[in-house]
Amino acid sequence: MAKYGFDLHIHSCLSPCAENSSLPADMAGMFALSGYKIAALTDHNSCGNCRPFLKACDHYSMLGIPGMELNTAEEVHVICLFKTIEDAERFSDYVYSTLPPVKNRKDLFGDQLYADELGNITGEEEKLLINASSIGIYQVKELAEQYQGLAYPAHIDRSSNSLLSNLGLWDPAMGFELAELSYSCPEDLLKKRKDLKGLKAIRATDAHRFGQIPSAPGQFMELESLDIPSVFEWLRTYAPSI
Amino acid sequence: MTVKELSEAMYLKEFCLPAPELEISGGYSGDLLSWVMGRAEEGNAWLTIMSNQNVAAVAVMTDLSCIILTEDVQPDPQLLDRCKKEGINLLGTALGTFDASARLSEVLGREQDHIAW
Repeated sequence: MAKYGFDLHIHSCLSPCAENSSLPADMAGMFALSGYKIAALTDHNSCGNCRPFLKACDHYSMLGIPGMELNTAEEVHVICLFKTIEDAERFSDYVYSTLPPVKNRKDLFGDQLYADELGNITGEEEKLLINASSIGIYQVKELAEQYQGLAYPAHIDRSSNSLLSNLGLWDPAMGFELAELSYSCPEDLLKKRKDLKGLKAIRATDAHRFGQIPSAPGQFMELESLDIPSVFEWLRTYAPSI
Repeated sequence: MTVKELSEAMYLKEFCLPAPELEISGGYSGDLLSWVMGRAEEGNAWLTIMSNQNVAAVAVMTDLSCIILTEDVQPDPQLLDRCKKEGINLLGTALGTFDASARLSEVLGREQDHIAW
Protein backbone atom coordinates (compact mmCIF):
# COMPACT_ATOMS: atom_id res chain seq x y z
CA MET A 1 0.00 0.00 0.00
CA ALA A 2 1.20 3.48 -0.81
CA LYS A 3 -0.21 6.93 -0.08
CA TYR A 4 -1.05 9.26 -2.91
CA GLY A 5 -1.84 12.98 -2.71
CA PHE A 6 -4.96 13.79 -4.71
CA ASP A 7 -7.22 16.53 -6.00
CA LEU A 8 -10.38 15.69 -7.89
CA HIS A 9 -11.77 19.11 -8.76
CA ILE A 10 -9.65 21.09 -11.21
CA HIS A 11 -10.64 23.49 -14.00
CA SER A 12 -8.96 24.38 -17.27
CA CYS A 13 -9.35 27.19 -19.80
CA LEU A 14 -12.54 25.54 -21.08
CA SER A 15 -14.30 26.86 -17.96
CA PRO A 16 -15.15 30.51 -18.64
CA CYS A 17 -14.31 31.46 -15.06
CA ALA A 18 -10.78 29.97 -15.35
CA GLU A 19 -7.78 31.86 -16.67
CA ASN A 20 -6.91 31.41 -20.35
CA SER A 21 -3.45 30.42 -19.13
CA SER A 22 -4.94 27.44 -17.25
CA LEU A 23 -4.16 25.07 -20.11
CA PRO A 24 -5.12 21.48 -19.27
CA ALA A 25 -1.56 20.20 -19.72
CA ASP A 26 -0.14 23.01 -17.59
CA MET A 27 -2.68 22.46 -14.80
CA ALA A 28 -1.60 18.79 -14.77
CA GLY A 29 2.06 19.83 -14.70
CA MET A 30 1.58 22.29 -11.85
CA PHE A 31 -0.28 19.74 -9.71
CA ALA A 32 2.45 17.16 -10.42
CA LEU A 33 5.08 19.71 -9.42
CA SER A 34 3.28 20.21 -6.09
CA GLY A 35 3.54 16.50 -5.37
CA TYR A 36 0.09 15.29 -6.38
CA LYS A 37 -0.20 11.74 -7.75
CA ILE A 38 -3.91 11.70 -8.64
CA ALA A 39 -5.77 14.54 -10.38
CA ALA A 40 -9.16 14.92 -12.05
CA LEU A 41 -10.09 17.59 -14.59
CA THR A 42 -13.65 18.79 -13.98
CA ASP A 43 -14.63 21.68 -16.24
CA HIS A 44 -18.19 23.00 -16.12
CA ASN A 45 -20.56 20.68 -18.02
CA SER A 46 -17.82 19.40 -20.34
CA CYS A 47 -15.07 16.79 -20.61
CA GLY A 48 -13.77 18.54 -23.73
CA ASN A 49 -10.27 19.19 -22.37
CA CYS A 50 -9.84 15.83 -20.60
CA ARG A 51 -7.89 14.11 -23.40
CA PRO A 52 -4.91 16.52 -23.31
CA PHE A 53 -5.11 16.61 -19.51
CA LEU A 54 -4.81 12.80 -19.31
CA LYS A 55 -1.90 12.76 -21.77
CA ALA A 56 -0.10 15.35 -19.68
CA CYS A 57 -0.81 13.40 -16.47
CA ASP A 58 0.80 10.33 -18.09
CA HIS A 59 3.79 12.42 -19.00
CA TYR A 60 4.14 13.65 -15.41
CA SER A 61 3.63 10.13 -13.93
CA MET A 62 0.38 11.16 -12.31
CA LEU A 63 -2.93 9.28 -12.50
CA GLY A 64 -5.29 11.49 -14.50
CA ILE A 65 -9.06 11.03 -14.16
CA PRO A 66 -11.51 12.37 -16.74
CA GLY A 67 -14.36 14.26 -15.11
CA MET A 68 -16.85 17.08 -15.16
CA GLU A 69 -18.48 19.52 -12.76
CA LEU A 70 -22.09 19.05 -13.82
CA ASN A 71 -24.59 21.84 -13.15
CA THR A 72 -27.98 20.25 -12.42
CA ALA A 73 -31.39 21.75 -13.17
CA GLU A 74 -31.45 22.99 -9.56
CA GLU A 75 -28.06 24.70 -10.17
CA VAL A 76 -26.30 22.32 -7.81
CA HIS A 77 -22.74 21.46 -8.86
CA VAL A 78 -21.94 17.74 -8.92
CA ILE A 79 -18.56 16.15 -9.61
CA CYS A 80 -18.75 13.26 -12.08
CA LEU A 81 -15.67 11.08 -12.56
CA PHE A 82 -15.17 8.37 -15.19
CA LYS A 83 -12.95 5.35 -15.72
CA THR A 84 -12.19 5.96 -19.39
CA ILE A 85 -11.98 8.97 -21.66
CA GLU A 86 -14.50 7.33 -23.99
CA ASP A 87 -17.13 7.06 -21.26
CA ALA A 88 -16.41 10.63 -20.17
CA GLU A 89 -16.79 11.99 -23.68
CA ARG A 90 -20.04 10.11 -24.29
CA PHE A 91 -21.40 11.49 -21.01
CA SER A 92 -20.16 14.93 -22.03
CA ASP A 93 -22.00 14.73 -25.37
CA TYR A 94 -25.19 13.85 -23.55
CA VAL A 95 -24.85 16.69 -21.04
CA TYR A 96 -24.13 19.11 -23.88
CA SER A 97 -27.46 18.19 -25.47
CA THR A 98 -29.26 19.11 -22.23
CA LEU A 99 -27.77 22.62 -22.01
CA PRO A 100 -29.98 25.52 -23.15
CA PRO A 101 -29.02 27.11 -26.49
CA VAL A 102 -27.51 30.19 -24.86
CA LYS A 103 -24.28 31.51 -26.35
CA ASN A 104 -21.37 32.45 -24.15
CA ARG A 105 -20.82 36.18 -23.76
CA LYS A 106 -17.04 36.23 -23.54
CA ASP A 107 -16.99 39.81 -22.30
CA LEU A 108 -19.11 38.80 -19.29
CA PHE A 109 -18.15 35.23 -18.46
CA GLY A 110 -14.72 34.73 -20.08
CA ASP A 111 -13.37 32.54 -22.87
CA GLN A 112 -14.09 28.80 -23.24
CA LEU A 113 -10.99 27.40 -24.90
CA TYR A 114 -10.14 23.93 -26.14
CA ALA A 115 -6.42 23.11 -26.07
CA ASP A 116 -4.17 20.21 -26.97
CA GLU A 117 -1.50 18.55 -24.82
CA LEU A 118 1.16 20.87 -26.22
CA GLY A 119 -0.72 23.96 -25.10
CA ASN A 120 -2.02 25.01 -28.51
CA ILE A 121 -5.52 26.51 -28.51
CA THR A 122 -7.47 24.26 -30.86
CA GLY A 123 -10.92 25.81 -30.69
CA GLU A 124 -13.50 27.73 -28.75
CA GLU A 125 -16.82 26.59 -27.29
CA GLU A 126 -19.69 28.88 -28.25
CA LYS A 127 -22.42 27.52 -25.96
CA LEU A 128 -22.41 28.88 -22.41
CA LEU A 129 -21.05 25.95 -20.37
CA ILE A 130 -21.81 27.28 -16.88
CA ASN A 131 -25.54 27.23 -17.55
CA ALA A 132 -27.82 24.68 -15.84
CA SER A 133 -28.42 21.40 -17.64
CA SER A 134 -31.91 19.89 -17.57
CA ILE A 135 -30.61 16.94 -15.51
CA GLY A 136 -32.25 16.81 -12.08
CA ILE A 137 -30.24 16.13 -8.92
CA TYR A 138 -32.15 12.89 -8.25
CA GLN A 139 -31.16 11.55 -11.70
CA VAL A 140 -27.42 12.24 -11.55
CA LYS A 141 -26.08 9.22 -9.69
CA GLU A 142 -27.85 6.72 -11.91
CA LEU A 143 -27.05 8.65 -15.06
CA ALA A 144 -23.32 8.75 -14.23
CA GLU A 145 -23.40 5.03 -13.47
CA GLN A 146 -24.75 4.34 -16.94
CA TYR A 147 -21.35 5.62 -18.10
CA GLN A 148 -19.43 3.70 -15.39
CA GLY A 149 -19.02 6.99 -13.55
CA LEU A 150 -19.07 8.11 -9.92
CA ALA A 151 -20.99 11.25 -8.97
CA TYR A 152 -21.04 13.29 -5.76
CA PRO A 153 -22.03 16.88 -4.93
CA ALA A 154 -19.31 19.53 -5.03
CA HIS A 155 -18.42 22.04 -2.26
CA ILE A 156 -21.58 21.39 -0.23
CA ASP A 157 -20.50 24.01 2.33
CA ARG A 158 -20.61 26.90 -0.17
CA SER A 159 -23.32 29.55 -0.25
CA SER A 160 -24.01 29.18 -3.97
CA ASN A 161 -24.31 26.28 -6.41
CA SER A 162 -24.17 23.79 -3.56
CA LEU A 163 -26.51 21.03 -2.53
CA LEU A 164 -27.06 22.45 0.96
CA SER A 165 -27.55 26.07 -0.15
CA ASN A 166 -29.91 25.27 -3.02
CA LEU A 167 -31.82 22.28 -1.65
CA GLY A 168 -31.54 22.79 2.09
CA LEU A 169 -30.64 19.30 3.19
CA TRP A 170 -28.90 16.05 2.34
CA ASP A 171 -31.54 13.59 1.18
CA PRO A 172 -30.19 10.01 1.13
CA ALA A 173 -32.67 9.25 -1.69
CA MET A 174 -30.35 11.18 -4.03
CA GLY A 175 -28.04 8.20 -3.61
CA PHE A 176 -24.71 10.01 -3.31
CA GLU A 177 -22.03 8.01 -1.49
CA LEU A 178 -19.85 10.94 -0.52
CA ALA A 179 -19.60 14.72 -0.65
CA GLU A 180 -16.96 17.28 -1.47
CA LEU A 181 -16.07 20.13 0.89
CA SER A 182 -14.05 23.27 0.22
CA TYR A 183 -10.71 23.61 1.96
CA SER A 184 -12.15 26.75 3.57
CA CYS A 185 -14.96 24.80 5.26
CA PRO A 186 -14.36 24.80 9.04
CA GLU A 187 -13.97 21.30 10.55
CA ASP A 188 -16.94 21.60 12.88
CA LEU A 189 -19.37 23.53 10.66
CA LEU A 190 -21.07 20.43 9.34
CA LYS A 191 -20.68 18.23 12.40
CA LYS A 192 -23.72 19.83 14.00
CA ARG A 193 -26.05 18.80 11.20
CA LYS A 194 -27.96 15.58 11.72
CA ASP A 195 -28.55 15.05 8.02
CA LEU A 196 -24.79 14.78 7.40
CA LYS A 197 -23.99 12.37 10.21
CA GLY A 198 -21.57 9.67 9.07
CA LEU A 199 -21.32 11.11 5.58
CA LYS A 200 -18.03 10.49 3.77
CA ALA A 201 -16.35 13.63 2.53
CA ILE A 202 -13.21 14.72 0.72
CA ARG A 203 -11.86 18.19 0.14
CA ALA A 204 -10.95 19.76 -3.16
CA THR A 205 -9.07 22.82 -4.40
CA ASP A 206 -11.51 23.74 -7.21
CA ALA A 207 -8.42 25.37 -8.74
CA HIS A 208 -9.16 27.66 -11.69
CA ARG A 209 -5.62 29.08 -11.96
CA PHE A 210 -2.05 28.29 -10.97
CA GLY A 211 -2.25 30.53 -7.90
CA GLN A 212 -4.94 28.31 -6.40
CA ILE A 213 -2.80 25.17 -6.53
CA PRO A 214 -1.43 24.40 -3.05
CA SER A 215 2.31 23.86 -2.62
CA ALA A 216 1.62 20.33 -1.35
CA PRO A 217 -1.36 17.97 -1.29
CA GLY A 218 -3.76 18.46 1.63
CA GLN A 219 -5.07 14.89 1.63
CA PHE A 220 -3.99 11.41 0.63
CA MET A 221 -5.52 8.07 -0.28
CA GLU A 222 -3.94 4.72 0.43
CA LEU A 223 -4.16 2.34 -2.52
CA GLU A 224 -2.83 -1.09 -3.51
CA SER A 225 -2.53 0.00 -7.09
CA LEU A 226 -2.68 3.39 -8.73
CA ASP A 227 -5.66 3.11 -11.07
CA ILE A 228 -9.11 4.66 -11.39
CA PRO A 229 -11.17 1.66 -10.15
CA SER A 230 -9.06 1.67 -6.96
CA VAL A 231 -9.67 5.42 -6.55
CA PHE A 232 -13.42 4.88 -6.90
CA GLU A 233 -13.31 2.05 -4.36
CA TRP A 234 -11.39 4.22 -1.91
CA LEU A 235 -13.85 7.09 -2.32
CA ARG A 236 -16.85 4.81 -1.78
CA THR A 237 -15.40 2.79 1.07
CA TYR A 238 -12.48 4.46 2.83
CA ALA A 239 -12.99 8.21 2.47
CA PRO A 240 -13.16 9.84 5.95
CA SER A 241 -16.49 10.73 7.54
CA ILE A 242 -17.52 14.30 8.34
CA MET B 1 -41.20 54.56 -13.74
CA THR B 2 -37.44 54.97 -13.54
CA VAL B 3 -35.11 53.04 -11.28
CA LYS B 4 -34.45 56.17 -9.25
CA GLU B 5 -38.19 56.72 -8.73
CA LEU B 6 -38.60 53.10 -7.70
CA SER B 7 -35.67 53.35 -5.32
CA GLU B 8 -37.31 56.32 -3.60
CA ALA B 9 -40.78 54.78 -3.57
CA MET B 10 -39.54 51.55 -2.00
CA TYR B 11 -36.86 53.15 0.21
CA LEU B 12 -34.22 50.92 -1.36
CA LYS B 13 -30.59 50.89 -0.40
CA GLU B 14 -28.48 52.06 -3.35
CA PHE B 15 -25.32 49.96 -3.52
CA CYS B 16 -24.60 51.50 -6.90
CA LEU B 17 -26.83 53.46 -9.23
CA PRO B 18 -24.97 54.32 -12.43
CA ALA B 19 -28.11 54.45 -14.63
CA PRO B 20 -30.90 55.99 -12.47
CA GLU B 21 -33.04 57.03 -15.46
CA LEU B 22 -33.60 53.50 -16.85
CA GLU B 23 -37.28 52.67 -17.25
CA ILE B 24 -38.65 49.64 -15.40
CA SER B 25 -40.75 47.34 -17.57
CA GLY B 26 -41.91 45.01 -14.80
CA GLY B 27 -40.41 42.59 -12.32
CA TYR B 28 -38.93 39.11 -12.09
CA SER B 29 -38.35 37.24 -8.83
CA GLY B 30 -36.08 34.20 -8.68
CA ASP B 31 -32.73 32.83 -7.64
CA LEU B 32 -31.80 30.25 -10.27
CA LEU B 33 -29.68 32.16 -12.75
CA SER B 34 -30.53 29.88 -15.67
CA TRP B 35 -34.24 30.62 -15.17
CA VAL B 36 -33.66 34.35 -14.96
CA MET B 37 -31.53 34.21 -18.10
CA GLY B 38 -34.28 32.39 -19.96
CA ARG B 39 -37.35 34.16 -18.60
CA ALA B 40 -36.76 37.69 -17.30
CA GLU B 41 -37.62 40.39 -19.81
CA GLU B 42 -35.71 43.45 -20.91
CA GLY B 43 -36.06 46.30 -18.46
CA ASN B 44 -37.29 44.11 -15.59
CA ALA B 45 -36.31 44.80 -12.01
CA TRP B 46 -34.89 41.51 -10.71
CA LEU B 47 -35.47 40.50 -7.11
CA THR B 48 -33.08 37.88 -5.79
CA ILE B 49 -31.10 36.67 -2.79
CA MET B 50 -28.15 35.63 -4.97
CA SER B 51 -25.16 37.92 -4.57
CA ASN B 52 -22.30 36.36 -6.52
CA GLN B 53 -20.69 38.02 -9.51
CA ASN B 54 -22.57 35.98 -12.11
CA VAL B 55 -25.67 37.92 -11.05
CA ALA B 56 -24.19 40.98 -12.79
CA ALA B 57 -23.44 38.96 -15.93
CA VAL B 58 -27.03 37.72 -16.08
CA ALA B 59 -28.35 41.26 -15.60
CA VAL B 60 -26.27 42.48 -18.57
CA MET B 61 -27.26 39.52 -20.77
CA THR B 62 -30.94 40.09 -20.07
CA ASP B 63 -30.78 43.93 -20.22
CA LEU B 64 -32.42 44.29 -16.82
CA SER B 65 -33.06 47.76 -15.43
CA CYS B 66 -31.85 46.88 -11.93
CA ILE B 67 -31.05 44.14 -9.43
CA ILE B 68 -32.74 44.31 -6.03
CA LEU B 69 -31.16 42.13 -3.35
CA THR B 70 -33.87 41.12 -0.89
CA GLU B 71 -33.76 39.79 2.71
CA ASP B 72 -31.05 42.33 3.57
CA VAL B 73 -28.53 40.33 1.54
CA GLN B 74 -25.30 42.26 1.06
CA PRO B 75 -23.54 42.08 -2.32
CA ASP B 76 -20.31 40.13 -2.59
CA PRO B 77 -17.48 42.62 -3.21
CA GLN B 78 -16.99 41.05 -6.66
CA LEU B 79 -20.65 41.64 -7.52
CA LEU B 80 -20.46 45.28 -6.50
CA ASP B 81 -17.26 45.77 -8.54
CA ARG B 82 -18.83 44.09 -11.54
CA CYS B 83 -21.98 46.23 -11.34
CA LYS B 84 -19.92 49.41 -11.19
CA LYS B 85 -17.84 48.26 -14.15
CA GLU B 86 -20.81 47.19 -16.26
CA GLY B 87 -23.04 50.14 -15.29
CA ILE B 88 -25.71 48.05 -13.57
CA ASN B 89 -28.05 49.42 -10.92
CA LEU B 90 -27.69 47.39 -7.73
CA LEU B 91 -30.20 48.01 -4.96
CA GLY B 92 -31.21 46.32 -1.74
CA THR B 93 -34.06 45.93 0.73
CA ALA B 94 -34.65 44.29 4.08
CA LEU B 95 -37.99 42.94 2.81
CA GLY B 96 -38.30 39.29 1.86
CA THR B 97 -38.67 38.46 -1.82
CA PHE B 98 -42.44 37.94 -1.47
CA ASP B 99 -43.09 41.27 0.22
CA ALA B 100 -40.66 43.12 -2.03
CA SER B 101 -42.38 41.65 -5.12
CA ALA B 102 -45.78 42.69 -3.81
CA ARG B 103 -44.52 46.17 -3.08
CA LEU B 104 -42.89 46.46 -6.51
CA SER B 105 -46.09 45.38 -8.19
CA GLU B 106 -48.05 47.93 -6.19
CA VAL B 107 -45.60 50.73 -6.94
CA LEU B 108 -45.65 49.93 -10.63
CA GLY B 109 -49.41 50.22 -10.50
CA ARG B 110 -50.14 46.76 -11.73
CA GLU B 111 -53.54 45.62 -10.60
CA GLN B 112 -54.94 42.15 -10.29
CA ASP B 113 -57.30 42.58 -13.24
CA HIS B 114 -54.34 43.16 -15.57
CA ILE B 115 -53.23 39.62 -15.02
CA ALA B 116 -54.57 37.14 -17.53
CA TRP B 117 -55.92 34.17 -15.64
